[in-house]
Formats: sequence, C-alpha cells, structure tokens
Amino acid sequence: MQKIDKILIGVAFSPNLKPNIFEAVRLANIFDAELVGVHVGEKTDQKITDLNALLEETETLNKNFKVIWQEGKPVDVILETCTNENINLLILGALQQENLFKYYVGSIARKITRKAPCSVLLLIKPSVIRHVCKHIVVNGLSDNKTEETIKTSFFVAKKLNCKKITIVEEIKQEELHIKVNDDISLRRANIAKERIKTREDRRVKSILKEIDCSNLSVKTQSIFGKRGYSIGHYAKLKRADLLVMNAQSKLGILDRIFPHDIEYILSELPTDVLIVK
Amino acid sequence: MKKKSIFKTFISEIPQNLFAGFVVSLIALPLGLGLALASGAPPISGIIAAIVGGTVVSLIGGSNVTITGPGNGLVVVILAAITTLGNGDMHQGFLFTLAAIVISGIIMIILGFLRMGSLGDFFPSSAIQGMLAAIGIGIFAKQIHVMLGNTAAKGSIVELLLQLPEGILNLIKTDNSSIFYAGIIGLISLLIMIFYGKIRNRYFQLIPAPMWIVVLSVAMYYYFDVFSTSDYPIHKNLLINLPNDILSNFAFPDFSKMYELSFINAVISITLIASIESLLSIKAVDKLDPLKRRSNVNKDIRALGLATVISGFLGGLNVVTVIARSSVNVNNNGSNRSANLFHAGFLLAFILLFATELRKIPLPALAAILVFTGYKLASPENIRKVFRVGKEQLIIFLVTLFTTITTSLITGILVGILITLIIHIIINQKASLFFKNILKPNVLMFKEDQKYYVSVKHFSSFLNYTKLKSKLNQIPETEEAIIDFSMCDFVDNSVMENMNNYAETFARNGGHFEVIGLDDSRSASDHPFALRKIIPKQIKKRNRVLTKRQKSLEKISKDMHWKYDAFSEQEMKELPTFGYFKNKRINKVSNVLSNEDCTIFDVQFSEGEMIAKQVIKATMLHIHTKKEIPFFTLDKEGIFEYILDFAGYRDIDIENHPDFSKRFYLSGKNEEKIRTFFTNKLVLFFESNKQYHIEASENGLLIIGNERFASVKEIKALAYFGISLQKII
Repeated sequence: MQKIDKILIGVAFSPNLKPNIFEAVRLANIFDAELVGVHVGEKTDQKITDLNALLEETETLNKNFKVIWQEGKPVDVILETCTNENINLLILGALQQENLFKYYVGSIARKITRKAPCSVLLLIKPSVIRHVCKHIVVNGLSDNKTEETIKTSFFVAKKLNCKKITIVEEIKQEELHIKVNDDISLRRANIAKERIKTREDRRVKSILKEIDCSNLSVKTQSIFGKRGYSIGHYAKLKRADLLVMNAQSKLGILDRIFPHDIEYILSELPTDVLIVK
Repeated sequence: MKKKSIFKTFISEIPQNLFAGFVVSLIALPLGLGLALASGAPPISGIIAAIVGGTVVSLIGGSNVTITGPGNGLVVVILAAITTLGNGDMHQGFLFTLAAIVISGIIMIILGFLRMGSLGDFFPSSAIQGMLAAIGIGIFAKQIHVMLGNTAAKGSIVELLLQLPEGILNLIKTDNSSIFYAGIIGLISLLIMIFYGKIRNRYFQLIPAPMWIVVLSVAMYYYFDVFSTSDYPIHKNLLINLPNDILSNFAFPDFSKMYELSFINAVISITLIASIESLLSIKAVDKLDPLKRRSNVNKDIRALGLATVISGFLGGLNVVTVIARSSVNVNNNGSNRSANLFHAGFLLAFILLFATELRKIPLPALAAILVFTGYKLASPENIRKVFRVGKEQLIIFLVTLFTTITTSLITGILVGILITLIIHIIINQKASLFFKNILKPNVLMFKEDQKYYVSVKHFSSFLNYTKLKSKLNQIPETEEAIIDFSMCDFVDNSVMENMNNYAETFARNGGHFEVIGLDDSRSASDHPFALRKIIPKQIKKRNRVLTKRQKSLEKISKDMHWKYDAFSEQEMKELPTFGYFKNKRINKVSNVLSNEDCTIFDVQFSEGEMIAKQVIKATMLHIHTKKEIPFFTLDKEGIFEYILDFAGYRDIDIENHPDFSKRFYLSGKNEEKIRTFFTNKLVLFFESNKQYHIEASENGLLIIGNERFASVKEIKALAYFGISLQKII
C-alpha cells in the first residue's frame, strides 16, 4: 500500500458515529487524504444536518469530504464503493463485548474485511480525543506480502509519529521437528530454535535494509505458536497501539470452520488492527 | 572422550546400584506377592510383573531411578476384572484378565508412540486424589479381613467395611487356632509396618519393614519346625500358594472374550489406572532424583507397555512405575536404571532359591502390608491436604471417592471430571468461558532478555493444561521463567499445583520460575482465590501457648544470651545444600536458637514416598563458619560403613592418628584439603568429645546428634560442642 490518498468510512447513525467521524477526519489529515463517507440507506434531510453538525465540531479537513448515499446490502454497497472510488484505506469500528474489555468484529464488518479490495483499519475504540500511538507490532511471517506490510507499517509509523516498532516472526511449532522429551531432546530443540530464530532475523533484516529506520526503535521478536493467534496475544500483552498484518490470500469455507491467522484476530481484537492489502 | 567417562561412571556406580537394587528387591518381594494376592491373582503373577518390568523398563525405558512392578492402584481394577470376567471362576477369570492386561499393554505402547503419555493431565487433581483414596479404601476393606484370618469375606466395599467389627469379634471368639494365630500374625505385622519408621536404628532400617514381616514369619515357621514340639499352628490354606515348578507353570492369557463389553471395560480401566499411576510416580520420582534428570515420559510409557504385554503373556500382572519402591531406591543411592535391573535379578534369585521358605508366609502377614498401603492411600492426612486447598476441592474429592466406591472406577473418574467442571462453571457463573475458549491456543511463550515469558489467556484449568505444559516443558530448568496469568479469568488448582511443582524443579536446578498476575485485584474479587491458592511451604505460625519444651528452650536462650525464634526461613533455604538432605524433603524448621554464627533448631523432614515414607524429626546444629572449609562428612565408624565402603565410598584416614581413623569414618571429595583441614588440635577435639554426625558444605557445618528431637539437656551439650568446635576452627 504505502500511499493513502483516499479513505472510506461507513456512516451509520449510531452512538458511535461521532468518534468514528472524528477518527476518520484525523487520519485523513494525517495522511493528507481525501475522505469518503458512505451511508447505506435513505438520504434524508435530518441525516444530512446531523452529519454536517458533526463535521463542524471536528478539525477542518485538508481535502474535501464526499458522502455517498446508496441503498442496498451493506456489504455489497461498501465493497462496490471501495472499487469504484479507488479507495486505499477502509476504516471499520469494532464492537465491544458487554461488560468486558474484549472487542470483536461484527458479522457485517467481518465479511467486508475478508473481501475488501483495499487495506482495512479496524478500530477498537474510536475516540473523540486523539490517543497517541506509541508502539506498532507488525508481522514478519515468511510470506511474499510481508515486505509490503513491513514497509507500510514504517510508513504509518512515521505519519503517526510512532517511535517503536516490533516485528514479530511467528514460527510454527511444527517447524522445529523436535519433540521435547528429556534433557537431551530439550537441548537439541533449543539449538534448533536458535537456528530458526537467526534465520528469521536475517530474513527480516534483509527487508529492513531497504527501509529508512532512523528515529525509530526497531526490535525483532520470534514467537513459537499458532499463526495469527499468538501475534494478537503478543500485541495485547505488550499493549501495542496498532497491529499491522498481511491480508490473507484466499479464504475458503474450511478457514472459517478452522479459524486461523486473521480469523483469530477478528474474533478477538487485541488492539487497533491494520490489514494491509 | 565423553562417552568413555559416561561408561566409567556407570561402571563405578554399579556397586551402589547393586546395593540399591538389593534393598528394593527386599521390599518388592513381599509387595509383589501381596499385591497379586489382593488382586485375586496367583501370588507369583506379581513377582513375574516385577521381574519382567525391571528387566524391560531398565533396558528400554526413559526414566532414571524409577522401579517398576505391580502397582497398588491396579489391585482394585484387576480384582474387579477377575471376578466379573470369570463369573465366579477365579482361575478362568484370571486368564481372561491376562488377555485384558496384554491388550492394555498394547494400548500403552500406542499411547507412548502418539505422545499421549500426558493422559493423566486431563484429569483434575482432586478427582485423581479422590480416586486414589477410593482405591486405598478398596484395598483396605478387603485386606483387613484377610489380615484378621478371614479369607472368605465377600461383598462390596461398603459391606466389607461394615463387617469389620464383626470380623474383629470373630477373631477373638474363634476356636479355630489356625485362624487365631494367623490373625495375631496379621496384627503384629501391621504393628511392624506402623512403628517401623519410629525406630531409627540403621541396622534395623537396612531391611525394609515388609521384609521384616517375611523374615519373622519364616523364622517362626522354622521355630515350630525345629524347636517346638507342637505343629505349625497355621493351616495350609492360610499360607501362600506358589506353584511347585516355578519356571514351567506359566499361565497363558485367554483371548476368547475379547469382543465382550465387560472385557473392553476391563481393558479401559486397567489402561487408565496403569497410565495414571505410572505418570504420577514418574513425576514424583523425578523430584527425588538427586541428579535432577528429566524422565522421558513417553519412552517410559512405551517400555511399560511392552513390559506389560510380555508380563501378561507369562501370566504376570500389569507393569507400572511404583513410587514407594522407587523412593527406597533413591534413598539407597540408586543412581541409574541398572538398579531396576538388579532388583529384577535379585527377585528372580529369591523366587528360585527360597520358594520353599516363601511358601511358609501366612496370608495375613502380607495382608497387613496391604492394609497399611490402603491406609496410606486414603489417609486422613491426604484428605486434610485437599481440604486445605479449598472447600470445593473437598466436594470434588468426596464425590469422586464415593462414586468410585459405590460404582466403578471409570464412572468415578468421569463423575469427578464432571463435578469439577460444574464447580468451575458455578464459580465463574459462566459456562461460555470454558466452551468458547477450550480449543483456542491460549498460551504464548517467547524469550526476551534471556528470560522466558509465558502468558496464558482466557482460563487455565485441567481442560487445557496440556497446552501450557507443552510450552513449559520447552524451558530448560536452569533458566528464568515468568508465567503470567494476568490475562486469565480463571486458574484452577490442578494448574496451580503443577506451577508449584515446576517452581520446585526450577529451584532445584538453579533456575527461577515465577508465577505472576494472580494478585490482580479485579480478578481476585471476581473469583474466590482458593482455586489459585498455593499451599504455603512453611506452615504458618499459629498463636498458641508455648509447650514446656519451648519455654525451657526460651529460658536457655536467655541464659546463654542466644536468640530464640519459632521459625527460620534462612535455614529452610540453606539446609538442602547439605548432602544429608539430598534425598529428604524438609517440611518445617522450628524452635530456632541462634547467636551470630551458630543455630540450633528442630527440623522435620521426610524421606521416601507412600508406604516407605517416614517422617523424621531431629535437632541439629548449624555453624556458619567464617573461613572456607572443604566438603566432608564425619561419622562414627561401624559395620554399616563397611557396607558403604563396598558400595563405592572411601574412608579417609588421617596419618599419625590411628585411633581417630579407627573410630571415625571420614569421607569427602577433595582428600588433600580435608587432610590439611584436620589439624592435630581438631582431631584431638573430636576424639575427646561426644561423637556426632558432622557434614560440611558451602554454608558451613551441620552437626546432627540422634535422628530425633533432642532434650533440653542434649541441646545444651550440642550448643557447648558447637561453640568449642567453632573456636578451634
């Protein structure tokens, strides 16, 4: 992605509208992008005045704001708009589980995330007042999309003025090939782990070579565990403010039944998540 | 180079393992016979299991100091299998059961290959405790009648227990002298088992209690045979029955019932209990291993499975890892698997050489050993331990216990799991926490700044403990590990218990294991902390009136200007560095008298496990020396040391002091340093004073009088001895 010049936000007249709009306007200004709002439903005068009243309260937009009013199925409408308007970034709000500090993505947003042609930013708690982004966690899987994702995360970090980035290499337990039984196999397993870790670090370093890392503290961390799930766990544990992930190539029906990677994140958002396409 | 040195140490350790194997075989012989009898199987089948187990597992097993053979837990299961499968015909039932044993052995091998050795982790610990207690009660109920001379008592466990008063009355009233004498022998045997641990004489202790029973009853037979005019009063049907030709009379399993439900049921129960008992034992023995090695559980399970198959085909019982015998092995300095092999060898020799003598052992004598075993499994102490963890654990424990007693083992453990889950749901008031998250990979581990960090999400209980365990097992025990439960809504006591065990293992190996995130106030108020409560290592100080001894100790401390404390944390930490405590577990240090460098204290510690467990209380003196001293032990010289000498220990003689060398037994690694340390003055001091057992380590000198609490007078003498010794050094 690496360049954000058109941001799309869904406008639903719910209690969350105000913080959503505030975040969207703020982000649009940070990235110096156009903002597009889409409302699925009837266009009424009441709604227009409400929206305008809200925009009055926000900081002024650098570029223009366009609202699209269209009736139909939410998923289809939003996806269509993404393609038609050449959107780079789609912002979606997450839901909070009742009484719990756990966030998840509703079924509509989930469908959109899966099919979106552009990058998606999931916000767990959009707020009127800006909270500073201090720590970004990004995945460093051995995948051909990873390079792009890491570059994007550095781009975002610079824009958001974030000082710390951790690149997490998730390594499947199966890659170890050694089962720990006793002291000897434990020692062997640890040597193998170190070897894999060095290998992964080298891979990530080769990506980092092309990126300007000045003013940023960059750390790599390898984790042995389930892909997608452990990075979310790590992001939550480290209280990261943004988690940047690769988009999934293709999701079949089996991936829903046996969730992995992004599906884990969607069912249990650890923090704000940016899925890079 | 390295290989050679391993081989060398192996050779040099053969004598001590031979000795350990010998002592273990002394306890394994009566236990093997007794366990087989209690299972309703021919007595020889227990010995076969021990011989096959000792041979096979020592050759291909994955543990180090464990001893294998017939197990306590299986008694109830095998007895049930023999009775139900045989429909009253015990012999035919035994043949069917042998087939079940063979099949269960095959399943164990498969489990081992599938790395499912951790089967035991899927059961909540209180439920397992309840099940073991039920097994104990089952053994107790049946064997107490046999011990009283009545082999015909029949009925369910509850009925048998209710018949107990009647059984005692029958013994008193009986006019059958055979039953009367048999009952008396049973009672005496039980007394030997109970009071064995109280007698701290090392010549007496050299032979384990069960062997004393065997020796005494065989001796009694010979007394009647040779000296007395009257006949041996106990009738043949109350004596052990061994086949005439032991080597050729193998029972062969009968597989004809293989597809019947009752057979499958028997196979499942046998496998379940065998694997649980073995796993618990392997875990417990690993904690005793002085060399702190980690057992390969799956390899061991495979070996046990193979041993069980072979044993079954030869007409022997299941082979499991047994805790009591293993602890005896460790206490006698068994250091590798060869001890297990030697134990099998000695058993084989016993059974071939002494078959005639063994036939003279009365059944009640063996039953007494089992009564004691049963009691140990279900002892009130265990119930108290469960209760201390929490009330809800007691409910789980009791429900499992009663269901197991009244129905069957499988129903019992299933009900135990169910009730645990229900209680967990009630405590959390939410079932979705468990059902939604059970399959999620909830454990994250990564290494940061040379520390292993493990974070657990959602909940952590017996349901998903294997996930946590597989991560924890990847951490070398010499490293630092931090376990964070702060993202967990619930942690149950099975997990807490295991965390505690890990912490102990890490501490033993020089690592550090810390559990954090449980004192989070928010979650603590949401859930009762009983389920996450760690049993305190040191029993908390209670405000109670001081005993007379404590008062006089306080008085002495004033007279001598020493300080008196009820407990000492420091000693708890420093004591385990002494070789004396290598295979002993310290429970409590109390009544501490101290000046700057010397500390006199009472210590309570235990050695061995299960029926071989002995709690010992002793008073000791600990001197913190100012200058560095070589590691050594100094003891009275006696016959015992000749045996130790044979087992690979060496006595260091100090030149020019033949008297000292004769009276004292001195040993240690660095002979030269020790020789220079023992100056003429010091030797003279030791010669002219009372002889104590003295040990030196990096934390100073430990001086032990008798293995019991010292009287006030003795404490004074000890203190004086300490002060003078310190002056000389």
